[in-house]
Amino acid sequence: MASHESTYRATTRLGKWMDARLPMARLMHGQFVDFPTPRNINYLWTTGGILTFFLVLQIATGIVLAMHYVPSAAEAFNSVEHIRRNVNYGWLLRNMHAVGGSMFFLAVYIHIARGLYYGSYKAPREVLWILGVVILLLMMATAFMGYSLPWGQMSFWAVTVITNMFSSLDSIIPGLGTRIVQWLWGSYAVSGATLTRFYSLHYLLPFVIVGVVGLHVWALHVVGQNNPTGLDIKTASDSVPMTPHAVMKDAFALSVFVILFAWFVFYLPDYLGHHDNYVEANPLSTPPHIVPEWYFLPYYAILRAIPDKLLGVIAMFASVVILMFAPWLDTSRVRSSKYRPIYKWFFFLLVISVIALGYLGSKPPEGAYVFWARIFTAYYFIHFLVIMPIVGVIETPSNLPRSITESVLGAGGGPVKVKAPAAPETR
Amino acid sequence: MQREAALAHTADHPNRRDFIVIAAQAFAGVGAAAALWPFVHSMNPDASTQALASIEVDLAPIKEGQAITVSWRGKPVFIRYRTAEEVEKAKEVKLAELSDPSARNDVLPDKAPATDANRTKKGHESWLILVGICTHLGCIPKGQSLSDSKGEYGGWFCPCHGSHYDTAGRIRKGPAPRNLDVPPYEFTSDTRIKIG
Repeated sequence: MASHESTYRATTRLGKWMDARLPMARLMHGQFVDFPTPRNINYLWTTGGILTFFLVLQIATGIVLAMHYVPSAAEAFNSVEHIRRNVNYGWLLRNMHAVGGSMFFLAVYIHIARGLYYGSYKAPREVLWILGVVILLLMMATAFMGYSLPWGQMSFWAVTVITNMFSSLDSIIPGLGTRIVQWLWGSYAVSGATLTRFYSLHYLLPFVIVGVVGLHVWALHVVGQNNPTGLDIKTASDSVPMTPHAVMKDAFALSVFVILFAWFVFYLPDYLGHHDNYVEANPLSTPPHIVPEWYFLPYYAILRAIPDKLLGVIAMFASVVILMFAPWLDTSRVRSSKYRPIYKWFFFLLVISVIALGYLGSKPPEGAYVFWARIFTAYYFIHFLVIMPIVGVIETPSNLPRSITESVLGAGGGPVKVKAPAAPETR
Repeated sequence: MQREAALAHTADHPNRRDFIVIAAQAFAGVGAAAALWPFVHSMNPDASTQALASIEVDLAPIKEGQAITVSWRGKPVFIRYRTAEEVEKAKEVKLAELSDPSARNDVLPDKAPATDANRTKKGHESWLILVGICTHLGCIPKGQSLSDSKGEYGGWFCPCHGSHYDTAGRIRKGPAPRNLDVPPYEFTSDTRIKIG
């Protein structure tokens, strides 16, 4: 479906000369101008464009911030304050970068939830989906290392707690975990050596993300976009050209999203952070209550829900990696939850669980908080390992429209020439 | 032509060229791994970090019941002048009650039991010297300052994930897997110790 006749025509002499040597404009035209986009995609399909915007924005602001930031244990904290107070527009660049990270995660979680609801991980989009999970992992690593750079108390102790997770390997091979952690630190405790290597990697990883995003978009353009019906594009009337239809919709949604972003940048730049991070890192004193940034709270709740150190760490990483297996855990022959009367409710239960885990992750690990964190952690894994495979088999999907066109225009509408099968895929 | 020649020699009949190819690949593989090592090893603690391996601490200003924290290899070390009551409490505990039965003392073998005697130095039982890092995820437990919460067992309490340590620094409750580590140290005089 992605291989369509190119409508690109070079008009200028330079354009024709270039087209015969490096047909870049032709490639861009085919992939982003007349690329066939399902005619029924809703606003949830604009998150991809929003994510691209934030990736570019984070790199652009980051490059300029790196010109003023000093990656040393003695100077890092002061240099961030220097950026905020002395550097021309430093306050704006720093706020955009810090809030941009949060917005990036907000958009990616909506993007992932949309994929889960509409079955965008199902054949033939498995590789596309797995690349997406790889991007999520890279984003998490980048955000974690970036958060260490201001060298405040939360930065320091977040690095301490997260890197110490690897010391849980000591319970498998004594000494191995300690060796790994000292290697990560470059010292016997988190120190300036740790800061400089995190800075180096924080600069590198975004470009790795750009590379994997390239593969993600490539895979998307091979198999084509999913849509709210989960049906494939079968006839010309099922799709519209990406430009202007999808692009204008993306631009509008991005504008609205950027208003939210701007509100935080200009009015609440520190709301999403933690006040303890405006206290310089002190290796001899732990803040009374350590919490990660909001976008890591659900994972943190899972880590703390499990009383065993090693198993807690394993469960935390498994909660992300398990997403990679969704294409094979879901046994339903229907993609979109819109036509899955039972699974739909379990999906909403999953969303509630993740939000509840986020709330519990921000609370101290005691009493009822631990109890509920265990309940929701259990549901999170049960959802993927038990409900996805079983509901797919026992559930009777509701009637699907015969085509994307029919879902938009009704049964009589549109030139439906091919009789569409009820199942969007052959299993 | 070449391709046919290669196909003629299958696994059953390897020829000289197969051997050369495999040997060359193995050589390149080992070489690449060896070349990677300097990059990996450069991230390990460097010579200047290792040079900070030992410090001396004067214990004279510390009064009974007080505790101080010193920095050794970038880590906090707890030095506590325990009261007779605290020492007695630590000695009363039966080994069966401990979730980690090992002394975790650098100078003793792994199997040494976590008795109070094995966690201190003979003749200096009132001094407890520990690496002040929670064995769970590396926070600094509370309990050094007089106003701190010392947890349910009167030693230390880690606020990050709720681990309780007793007056010998042994884990009694919470997610931490091990007792607080006893660093290598010796008394150079009655009121001075050398850590490391």
